[in-house]
Amino acid sequence: MNESLGKPIDRVEGRLKVTGAATYAAEYQIKNLAYGVPVLSTITKGRVKSIDVQQAQKMPGVIGVMTSENCMMLHSPAGSDPGSGKFAEKDLLPLQNDRVLYGGQYIAVVVAETTEQAERAAALIGVTYEEQKPAVGFENHFATAYQPGSGLGGAKTQEKRGDADAAMKTAAVTTDETYTTPVYSHTAMEPHATIAEWNGEKLTVYDATQSVMGVQALLSTILGIPKENTQVYALYIGGGFGSKGFTWANTLLAPMAAKQFNRPVKIELKRQQVFSAAGRRTQTQQKIGLGAGTDGKLVSVKHDTISETSFVDEFVETAGVATPMIYSSPNVEVKHSLVRLNRGTPCPMRAPGESVGTYALEVAMDEMARKLKMDPIQFRIANHSDMDEQKKKQFSSKYLKECYLRGAESIGWNDRNPEPGQTKQGNLLVGYGMATATYPANRSASSAKATLYVDGHAEILCGTQDIGTGTYTVMTQVAADAFGLPVEKVKVKLGNSSYPKGAQSGGSQVSASVGPAIRAAALGAMSKVIKIAIADHKSPLYDKKEEDIMAGNGRIHLKDNANVGEALVDVLRRNGMDKVEAQAKTNVSTRAQQSTTAPDGSPEAKIEEESKTNAAVQADEKTERKDYVFHSFGAQFAKVLVDPDLGTIRVEKIASIMDIGTVMNLKTATNQIMGGIIFGMGMALMEETKYDPINGRIVTRDMAQYLVPVNADIPEIDVQFIGKPDPYISPIGARGIGEIGITGMAAAIANAIYNATGRRVRDLPITPDKLI
Amino acid sequence: MEPFKLIRAQDNLQAIHSAGIKQSKFIAGGTNMLDLMKLNIETPRQVVDINKLSLYKIEEMPDEGVRIGALVKNSDLSYNPFIKTHFPMLSEALLSGASPQLRNMASTGGNLMQRTRCPYFYNTDFACNKRLPGSGCAAINGYNRMNAVLGTSDQCIATHPSDMCVALAALGAIIYVQGAKGIRTIPFADFHLLPAQTPHLEHNLRQGELITHIEIPALPFAAKSHYLKVRDRASYEFALTSAAVALDVQNGIIRQARIALGGVGTKPWRSLDAEKALIGASATESTYKRAADLALATANPYKDNAFKVELAKRTLVRALKTVEGLS
Ligand SMILES: Cc1cc2nc3c(=O)[nH]c(=O)nc-3n(C[C@H](O)[C@H](O)[C@H](O)COP(=O)(O)OP(=O)(O)OC[C@H]3O[C@@H](n4cnc5c(N)ncnc54)[C@H](O)[C@@H]3O)c2cc1C
Ligand code: SF4
Repeated sequence: MNESLGKPIDRVEGRLKVTGAATYAAEYQIKNLAYGVPVLSTITKGRVKSIDVQQAQKMPGVIGVMTSENCMMLHSPAGSDPGSGKFAEKDLLPLQNDRVLYGGQYIAVVVAETTEQAERAAALIGVTYEEQKPAVGFENHFATAYQPGSGLGGAKTQEKRGDADAAMKTAAVTTDETYTTPVYSHTAMEPHATIAEWNGEKLTVYDATQSVMGVQALLSTILGIPKENTQVYALYIGGGFGSKGFTWANTLLAPMAAKQFNRPVKIELKRQQVFSAAGRRTQTQQKIGLGAGTDGKLVSVKHDTISETSFVDEFVETAGVATPMIYSSPNVEVKHSLVRLNRGTPCPMRAPGESVGTYALEVAMDEMARKLKMDPIQFRIANHSDMDEQKKKQFSSKYLKECYLRGAESIGWNDRNPEPGQTKQGNLLVGYGMATATYPANRSASSAKATLYVDGHAEILCGTQDIGTGTYTVMTQVAADAFGLPVEKVKVKLGNSSYPKGAQSGGSQVSASVGPAIRAAALGAMSKVIKIAIADHKSPLYDKKEEDIMAGNGRIHLKDNANVGEALVDVLRRNGMDKVEAQAKTNVSTRAQQSTTAPDGSPEAKIEEESKTNAAVQADEKTERKDYVFHSFGAQFAKVLVDPDLGTIRVEKIASIMDIGTVMNLKTATNQIMGGIIFGMGMALMEETKYDPINGRIVTRDMAQYLVPVNADIPEIDVQFIGKPDPYISPIGARGIGEIGITGMAAAIANAIYNATGRRVRDLPITPDKLI
Repeated sequence: MEPFKLIRAQDNLQAIHSAGIKQSKFIAGGTNMLDLMKLNIETPRQVVDINKLSLYKIEEMPDEGVRIGALVKNSDLSYNPFIKTHFPMLSEALLSGASPQLRNMASTGGNLMQRTRCPYFYNTDFACNKRLPGSGCAAINGYNRMNAVLGTSDQCIATHPSDMCVALAALGAIIYVQGAKGIRTIPFADFHLLPAQTPHLEHNLRQGELITHIEIPALPFAAKSHYLKVRDRASYEFALTSAAVALDVQNGIIRQARIALGGVGTKPWRSLDAEKALIGASATESTYKRAADLALATANPYKDNAFKVELAKRTLVRALKTVEGLS
């Protein structure tokens, strides 16, 4: 039987999506549904003095207006781990008081029979404010910068080895430059949306989220209801990129309003509201100092980042998080500091930290290579880190040098003139640039349930979700191989909080975390079937040894003689069984502190118990991992054409060579990397959320004002994979790939623009006005 | 959105009659009107759908001019063979605008009447004299990278966003309108208004007047013409700067010239000064640069858009060089 893992099979849910049959959060047809439209603050800081709802109340179709004066009280959320529920703005539960801390903050929700009626009434709500002077403008507040606590997943925000300052003083060659990145918005195609319906004490929620389990946990704490009474669905999600990783107020307001007005309520944000009330990437200023010897070896690396957060939560963009590990250097110092502004709270956005961090660091590396008169690839190879010098551990696997070489080949690096501004093609200047890509390989505890049915099909249940990345598809492949069934016979069900707990879709961890759990559950079910056959004297496998038997083509048979065996369905039928099921939890985490044991008596504890006798779980959990760090690497290459008179930039080609362990599905994998590349192109060349310089509210809040790349911008993109399985991460050997594609991309483009023009723009995005 | 009454007009007279009352608006392709209604920027009580009127023809005139019906779709106009050979700058201008889907809906009359893309105009939480007269202009001291440098006033600095209109300005089009009192024509240069102290007044149409046609008078040398647009992405984005250019060069001397700029003016910006500087001069880069300097001589840049002055000049020079190179 051919394994399906790695094959470029089509998306299993592709047809549903292109025919409109896949149901997204806002699309559920719920009887008696009412529509909630938020009213958002039009000041940036102050207090709500009064809200006049009289006129709105009288409008046709209006059911009621929910404000801080009449809404239910909420309980404080505790957690900070998105997988177990992280509310994005912990000090700003919606409608709980009269404070306004940013423009576009929730003030009220109008509920009506139709969206149009609610919107019309919402425009008639009269809010009077007591306005205060807001903190506006990033650079204006550097004097208030402070050292934050830890970053995402407990990441350290201050790191040091050796003495970077002393080494810098004696280094033969140094660079010291400042790089800035603007606020970016995720602009996922699907806006944030929630439908909530109460049935007595039981709550059902359809939510656009990257974590059904997180939303379930959070709703139960904040609304004060038992977890068992909270059911969350997210079957299909139209992209998240981090904006649906933390939970935002819409997810709370819908159940609050549904309770208050005793009707199921839907709240679907408008695009303009998504910009202010559902997350963004923070603005950064990064100072990078590099010191090197004349031999081209780095002796000192300094990476000092200032970013901003809101007054209602602390989010640190750990731009320097990869810096201590990515290159070899005896002296490194990484710092992060934060300022607070009256803006909505930032949150993770595709490769939080690494995306903007690799932009600054990899442009700085290009600047240093230029000073040293070294080829940028050779300079990076000369400083290749053979181990994580900060943690003093080996990489689980790393083929970065091969990535550089294959990328150089693909882009035509040999045609590059190291002297900038020299290569012409008609009116245009030609340039080549490259950068290193990197992202950690995260894995966390996950559970799944596998069931084999007597009709010959199998089913997987897992409380993770497919945010558009291909999770349904690759997990079908993983399960099909474990069951020895063709993919058409396997149905993977996700996006339901009553399934065994799966990973949240963030930190590129789903494939690496959920894959092994699904595999183990399916193998667990197969082991049960095999044991039944062995004990069944009517089976050709009667009295054989389990370790001599394998599955394939819907059968179980002897490994060394496929003729001795029988169909899976025959085993079940003969024994009068309609199904065989197994559950498994793989309690493995690449962040040691995160392995979790479920409380006694919980459904998850039962899965843990069953997993103790699951051979696949046991082998996986016993793999020795503590001596290794897990990272993916890659090389990004760009060829650009720049019109020196008009400043217009055309990206001609991108080559992206990725070392991400096992490629689970060539098609979905390529698609994820391409998505990251295009995200990176937007970051490099056009995306920017602009705030009004006076009152600090967002000015660019629709997709005509906030530009993302369109088809006409996209060049030829060559994505290649090294394809060598990671021997330690899991039995599957796959590391996640959702985020690494954006890392290094903006730097590769910026470096190519420099090579084309000789202009070093250190402020993203690089638009025509900055080049003329 | 506010509720409104929808009238589907069957002919010009019914349309004009229906739209004669205050707070009444025509709708053609709806690509601008509907967005503005959804955002409560336009709140008509009555909307008159004119899509059933017979204004879909592109008529070639005996003297090689052309009459374009107000409902001709931007796509149809851009791909029309007569337009492509006689007025290539118009075809290029249309194709550089919006996206194929939008151009399939957008009409010639609607394009002429489209409203500014100033982000503050689109956001009812901000002051905007154009949207709410007397409320102030948030853009002047705000984020104004996309705003105008020519024809601005202390009340409004919004650009006219159309690409098509830049070509029509250069070509000296004539707008035919029909109202309760009959038919009249408006020269293109008089159709759009400068903001001055009344930025909410944008054009010379009276309440209920319908644009029926646009005429482009014959201009043989416009067969060598070009529209160049500089923008932040390759498609689906308004101009930072643009230039519509036609040149008649004989023996190295410029005999006739037409110049208009986009992305920089509060209305589609024809530059007679630049044209004058070109006519009679030799077709060289230094002539073009002199013309470009004159075209931008009255530019008044703001905090974020000073680059447009230089970029517009370069855009114009490049467009002129390109047209000169056409054989
Ligand atoms: C995302 C986006 C991007 C765009 N990009 C560009 C671009 O790059 N370049 C560009 O030039 N344009 C661009 N456009 C604008 C587009 O060209 C206009 O929306 C379109 O031309 C308007 O035509 P319409 O028929 O849809 O007008 P409608 O929306 O129907 O009407 C617009 C206005 O014209 C009035 N009107 C319509 N017909 C008549 C008539 N016959 N007589 C009198 N008044 C009339 C209406 O009352 C209304 O006030 C873009 C639009 C969008 C939405
Ligand atoms: S520039 Fe004009 S449209 Fe923009 S805010 Fe000012 S008045 Fe309004």
